[in-house]
Formats: sequence, structure tokens, C-alpha cells
Amino acid sequence: MTDLIASAAARATASDAASGAKLRAAGLAAAGLLVFLLVWEVVPRLGLFNPLMLPGPSAIPAAFWSELKSGAWGSAVGSSLGHYTIGLTLGALLGVVFGVATGMSRLAEQATAWIVRVLRPIPGLAWVPFAIIWFGVNRTAAVFIIAIGVFWIVFFAAHGAVRSVERDLIEVADAFGFRRWHERLLKILLPAALPGILVGLRTALGQAWMAVVAAEIFGVPGLGQRMMQASSLLATELVVVYMLTMAALYGLLDSAFVALQNWLLRWKA
Amino acid sequence: MESVIDIRGLSLAFERDGHRTFVLDSLDLSIERGAFIAIVGASGVGKSTLLRVLIGLAKASAGEVTLSTHSGKRQPLALVFQDARLLPWRRVVDNVSFGLEGGGLSRAERRAKALDALGIVGLVDLADRWPHQLSGGQRQRVALARALAVEPEVLLMDEPFSALDAITREGLQDELVRIWRLTGKTILFVTHDIEEAIYLADRVVVLAGAPGRLAADHLIDTPRPRTRSADGSADVVASVRRHLGAEKLIDGAAI
Ligand SMILES: Nc1ncnc2c1ncn2[C@@H]1O[C@H](COP(=O)(O)OP(=O)(O)O)[C@@H](O)[C@H]1O
Ligand SMILES: [Mg+2]
Repeated sequence: MTDLIASAAARATASDAASGAKLRAAGLAAAGLLVFLLVWEVVPRLGLFNPLMLPGPSAIPAAFWSELKSGAWGSAVGSSLGHYTIGLTLGALLGVVFGVATGMSRLAEQATAWIVRVLRPIPGLAWVPFAIIWFGVNRTAAVFIIAIGVFWIVFFAAHGAVRSVERDLIEVADAFGFRRWHERLLKILLPAALPGILVGLRTALGQAWMAVVAAEIFGVPGLGQRMMQASSLLATELVVVYMLTMAALYGLLDSAFVALQNWLLRWKA
Repeated sequence: MESVIDIRGLSLAFERDGHRTFVLDSLDLSIERGAFIAIVGASGVGKSTLLRVLIGLAKASAGEVTLSTHSGKRQPLALVFQDARLLPWRRVVDNVSFGLEGGGLSRAERRAKALDALGIVGLVDLADRWPHQLSGGQRQRVALARALAVEPEVLLMDEPFSALDAITREGLQDELVRIWRLTGKTILFVTHDIEEAIYLADRVVVLAGAPGRLAADHLIDTPRPRTRSADGSADVVASVRRHLGAEKLIDGAAI
């Protein structure tokens, strides 16, 4: 009896300790952020830094509010998300199609081997000159730049994922008479490769966001362009507003993607 | 009795390091409709390869296999693998209905048939689980249900219980005999366990040698339900062991 009570007490303190540790971690994180904001606020005020070059955090909400009211913030976010979504979808779709095709067929893999070897090492941003020549400084150019970066990441992820699907599982389809390529693809290869493809997509999500900003710094309308305009007017608090906007949007997109990923892979142990 | 599978002169060679190695050599075997036949043989003798030829996962180098199936089904045979090989992204019921897809049945009809098959193996309650939430024995029963769901004329089973603990294995053996008597299917059951073969089957076929040949063929007429002591078939056990060339080893280990 005393043993039981003692062990129950021990369990209670153990769980108390666990939740206590969590609370302390959260408290520490909050305190760290607070200190960071404080230092950021104090440094320009003490004249250690020209406030024009580094606005304190207290100046940010007002700048954000007026930008929001003028509608500029909304249209910049809408425009960026627009070509982000189109470029991502296009690049991901093509990446999955070509990755799966070369993963399934030796012939396709061999036929494309050298093309891949030549094109793959070209950094996404090195396509900017052609993007501008072909499309001009506009949304199509941005979509093109974004899609290229996404394509390679998803292509390799899909190729590798399909290639490493266990033979044993493919045999299950064969044994039940599903031997045509599209039956194999839909019943075994795609679902089995999905975890690997999703890992690639998540990487691409971040990569595409960087490409968005890069393309807009060249003048395509959106967050990046608005940020550059603000910087040329020395409206540094607006620059900070857009930097934080990018961080927040990316965080949001990534969290949404992870939630989707967890749901799609809910069959995993 | 009418045979449902007729194997004549079946040989199979694998190409290895540029030369051919025979795994099966001129095998002749007739499988009577409705029989429970066990194929016994040491590891590596070609038991799995034989089943793989029958189901179409491997191609024979010579000889022929004649199927005399009635139903004209797309899938007259079904195979239960040694490891359950469930598709981890499908719930149990969707694993069981796997083989029914593309057969012109509606989703609801497939699900109903899958639930029937799960009923036969006693797992209806787990229909909506994911495979990773099952024990090894449950997984193997789901694999059996998946094979039963396509209503095959012949059930091929490749050491389906060998990875399970003794208690689970004995339970599944009894269940399999019950299902066999219930459905009247022909069962070709591969095992390396002589006692298991003698407990389950009407007929025990011994595969031995390299390349594998038919070394012995015994009828087991012990009435059912059977007991697990193989006393009644001591002569068969002895003969099978002799053909497996394992007599010394097993006796030595027993002493
Ligand atoms: N794909 C393959 N390529 C080459 N050799 C193989 C292949 N599959 C099986 N073998 C060989 O064929 C022999 C029989 O294998 P298997 O039929 O799996 O034996 P068992 O099921 O009786 O244990 C083994 O020696 C094995 O190494
Ligand atoms: Mg085997």
C-alpha cells in the first residue's frame, strides 16, 4: 500500500517535473525574445546606431498599419503569393512527372542522363538573364525562375523515392495481376514514394520563397520589389515590415505543409 | 481425381556470374482439386521459386504448367508471402480488397467482400486499422484474407507462419484447416517444418537436392481433427527426414 502511494507520488512528481521543464523552456524563449527586442530598441536610441539605418521595433507597428491601410501591403503579398503558387505548382508537377518517369524507366533515365548532368549545376538565379530576355521583367519571368529551382529539387526527390521502392511491394501488385505500368504506378510506386516526394517538396517550399524574393528584387512586383522601393526611400521601418512579412508567410506555409504532410502520411508508424 | 495444376518437366535456372545455375530440375507434379498439399524442403532448395513460377513472378526455363481452372477469372491463383507484405499506406480493409480492384466491382462491393474475407480470419474488428498497428500474427491473417478475397481456386502459401511464435502459429494452423474445410479450396502450402506439413496436409511432397527435385511423395491419411503428436505418421516423418538428408542433424540435436 505504501509502495503504491510512493510510486504514485513519484509518478506525479515526474510528470510535474516534465511540465515544469516545458514551462521553463517557454519562459526562457520568451525572455530571450524580449531581451533581443529591448537591445534592438535601445541601440538606436542611445545613438549607437543611426535610427535612420536601423529603426527600433516600436516604429514597426505604425509603419505596418499605414502600409496595410494604403493597400500596398495586401497587393504586394497577393502578388508574391500568386507567382509563388504558380511557380511552385508548375515546378513541382514537372519535377514529379520527370522524376517518376526516370525512376520507373531505365530508358528514360539513360536518355536524360547527360541533359541532367549539364543543366543541373546551373544555379536557379543564373536563369535570370534569359528569364528577362524571354519574358521581360514580369510575373512570367518570376514564375519561370521559381519553377526551375523547384523542379530540380522535386525531380531528384521523386526519382530517388521511386527508385528505392521495395521490389517486394511491386511483387505484391504483380502477384495480384496488376502488371501494367499505370497499375504499378498508382497502386504501389506513387504511394510508396510519397514520403520521399514530400520531403523534396518541403525543401522546395523554402527554396521557392527565396526565388520569389530574388525575382522581385529584379523588379517583378511583390514583397521584394516593395522592400527595395522602401529601401531606396530610406524607409527602413518598412523594409523591416517586409522582412518580417516574409518570415511570417514562410512560417505559415511551412506549418501548413507539415500539417498536410502529417495527414497524408498518417499511415506511418 | 481431377487435377487443377499440372506441372510437367519444370526446370528453372538463374543466370549468375555468366553461368546458369539450375534451381529446379524436371519437376513433375499434379495437384488435385480441393487437396491440401504441403511441399517440404530445406532452405534454398527452390520452394519459393516453384510458387513464384506458378503465380507468374518467375519464368520457367523449360517445361510447362497447365492450369485447369473453371472460373475464367483474371486471378485463379493467389499467393500468401512469407512476410505478410501488406501495403502500409492502406488500412486493413483496403489491403484485403486490393486484389478486387479493376474487376468491375463498386467500392462498396469491394469493401463488403473484403469484410467477408476478414470475417473468415476473424479480424473484422481491425478493418480500419493501419498495418503498423497489427501484431505479426494479425498481419499474416490479413495477408491470408487478402488472398481469400479474390476467391482463388488455388491458394499458394509460402512458409506463411514460419516467422511467428509457436502459440500463434498453432492457432493459425488450426484456423487454416478450418478455412480449407469451409471453402474447399486447393491449398499448396510450402514449409520447412515436417511436423507442420504432416499436421496440415493430405499429401506431403518432398523437394530435395541441388537442383531441387521431387524426392518423395507421401499421403497422410490420419483422420481429422488431428493431434499434434506425429506418432501416427512416424514412418512418414522418418522417410521425409531421410530424404531431406537431415536425419543425423536432427537426431544429434535431440540427444
Ligand atoms: N533472383 C534470383 N537470382 C539468382 N538466384 C536466385 C534468385 N532467387 C532465388 N535464387 C536462388 O535459388 C535457390 C532457391 O531459392 P528459393 O526458391 O527462395 O528457396 P527456398 O524457398 O526453398 O528456401 C537459392 O539458392 C537462391 O539463392
Ligand atoms: Mg522460400
